[in-house]
Amino acid sequence: MELPLVLLIGVFFAAAVYLMLSKFLVRVLLGVVLLGNGVNLLLFANGRVLREVPPIIPAGHDVPVTLTANPLPQALILTAIVISFSFFAFLLVLVYRAYQDLGTDNGNEMRVAEPENDPLPPTGY
Amino acid sequence: MAVTPTDLSAALVMTPVAPADWLVVLPPAWCLLTGALLLMLRKSLHLQAWLAVPALAVLVLIDAALLAHVATNGPATMVMGRWLPPFGIAFTADLTGVLFALAGAVVALAGAVHALTDIDGRGRRYGFYPFLLLLMAGVSGAFLTGDIFNLYVWFEVLLISSFGLITLGSEPRQIDGAIKYAFLNLIATTLFLVTTGYLYGIFGTLNMADIAVKAAAARAELPLMTLATLYLLAFGMKAAAFPVNFWLPASYHTPRVVVSALFAGLLTKVGIYALLRTLIMLFPLEREELSFVIALAGAATMILGALGAIGQSDIRRLLGYAVISGIGVMLAGLSLGSPGGIGGAIFYALHSMIVMTALYMAAGLAGRLAGSFDLNLLGGLYTRSALFSALSLVLFFAVSGLPPFSGFWPKVMVAKAAMDIGAWWLVVVVLLTGFLTTIAFGRVFALAYWRPAADALPDETIPPSALVPLAALTALTVVFGLFPDPLLSLVQHAAQGLADPQAYIGSVFPGRT
Repeated sequence: MELPLVLLIGVFFAAAVYLMLSKFLVRVLLGVVLLGNGVNLLLFANGRVLREVPPIIPAGHDVPVTLTANPLPQALILTAIVISFSFFAFLLVLVYRAYQDLGTDNGNEMRVAEPENDPLPPTGY
Repeated sequence: MAVTPTDLSAALVMTPVAPADWLVVLPPAWCLLTGALLLMLRKSLHLQAWLAVPALAVLVLIDAALLAHVATNGPATMVMGRWLPPFGIAFTADLTGVLFALAGAVVALAGAVHALTDIDGRGRRYGFYPFLLLLMAGVSGAFLTGDIFNLYVWFEVLLISSFGLITLGSEPRQIDGAIKYAFLNLIATTLFLVTTGYLYGIFGTLNMADIAVKAAAARAELPLMTLATLYLLAFGMKAAAFPVNFWLPASYHTPRVVVSALFAGLLTKVGIYALLRTLIMLFPLEREELSFVIALAGAATMILGALGAIGQSDIRRLLGYAVISGIGVMLAGLSLGSPGGIGGAIFYALHSMIVMTALYMAAGLAGRLAGSFDLNLLGGLYTRSALFSALSLVLFFAVSGLPPFSGFWPKVMVAKAAMDIGAWWLVVVVLLTGFLTTIAFGRVFALAYWRPAADALPDETIPPSALVPLAALTALTVVFGLFPDPLLSLVQHAAQGLADPQAYIGSVFPGRT
């Protein structure tokens, strides 16, 4: 069960890196989303994948009697999903504002903060 | 029907938490509480500052009390929901974490007072003070948590608050800077999460003390080198180390100056703290393998930062490069791994938090007095305010590492530690960086302060609420430069506690050591 999952994570990461190398911010944004989802799958795979056996302890026992699914990765992924989703929402607004204010979604053309012909500091009085 | 009480002592802490241990979680809890309160009162603009400044003053007191507690009793631990570690999330305050948290609180308090006049009503309406307190919740939480996934969550808390602060005002150049800052920092924290996922897969635990024990026991068969290298990249990116530093000079000069000051004091240092925590405490042998790489990155960061500072005409961008150069010194200390090297890195981080914040404040005031941030246009500041010029000069000396100010001692510690292992080239780089930084800041003083003003200066004066925090931070660098002994001994103990985490582990698992 792990191998197909690992391959899928690899595809997610490769696609994410490819998209993030683009100079267009919308693609970079999609790359960030894919990366976040790839990481969630990675967390899931790292918790070891098992059949759907809920980690419930039967009455009269103190520990689970069979191997059960690991509940912790779900807690981790849930946290990570919330975080990556809210960051995606923020970045989406930011990129849209950048497109409105700077008139481009090309990262190479965003030179307001770092002008291309910034004057050199004076060499003397 | 009578229920027989189950014996839960194998899973839960049965004794009530000692009152002193509440101090461990109080800094982030206090910041979250007051931040939420300010968020609810965001319409009452006049109340914001009156609540935020006392709240941060209380935070400084809490952190100081925690420092006193930890310095006398050793590391203190509190677990969430009474679940025994490693199952519950543990907050563990050791000397390193508390020193960073205290310095961060001092910086935030100074920033909040400075913002009284730097952030106008518009900035307050957009929520400067709530963001600042939530940022401090993230920063304090990151410094005090003992759980590596929890560290990731605090990273995100401080990151989203910093997004709010950097876009405050929404000018085009801020949007431009924020884009680069936001994307690259988000990628760095995602990388941190990737590594933490692997770490969980390898160890089956997220508690840092538990990881330290398990890593020491089964080092040979585990792929720990992968984890150490990935953490180095992720936290190096957060700390703006070469070659992943380019987001910092692209963004730090764009927000309001007090926001830059807070960022320079707080954010990159969280990256350095996380590097210390992971590479020194969790993976010391792997760090030793990597030490040449870290030293090389540190040396490149120092030189690039200093040269970048020389090449800038905007003093705020110059300061951005000075932040980077300081990160290089800390990395050099980290690469050495000896108590002197780690202690030097911690000391330099504390010094840099104070001095870089003060320098950004000074740059903001210089810009306000002279009407420009451009070295080609600045001038005549000395005739405007001799006191302000004197404070600036002290800070310029401190950031260059000249005695008798606080930047001198950590550089001595790092250089001494480098000489001890015969890394002469690293000593040369540290000294050369100091020299280049002196040139960069000496020129700022000559041009902006000594040179007569070309045009008539705008009719501005420095309000006391802006000058007092600057003077207080400057006084701190003078005090720690002249009387370094108390801080030196604290820092050396902190470094020992990181390199040999027996006390840390004993605090999380009483009875296991």
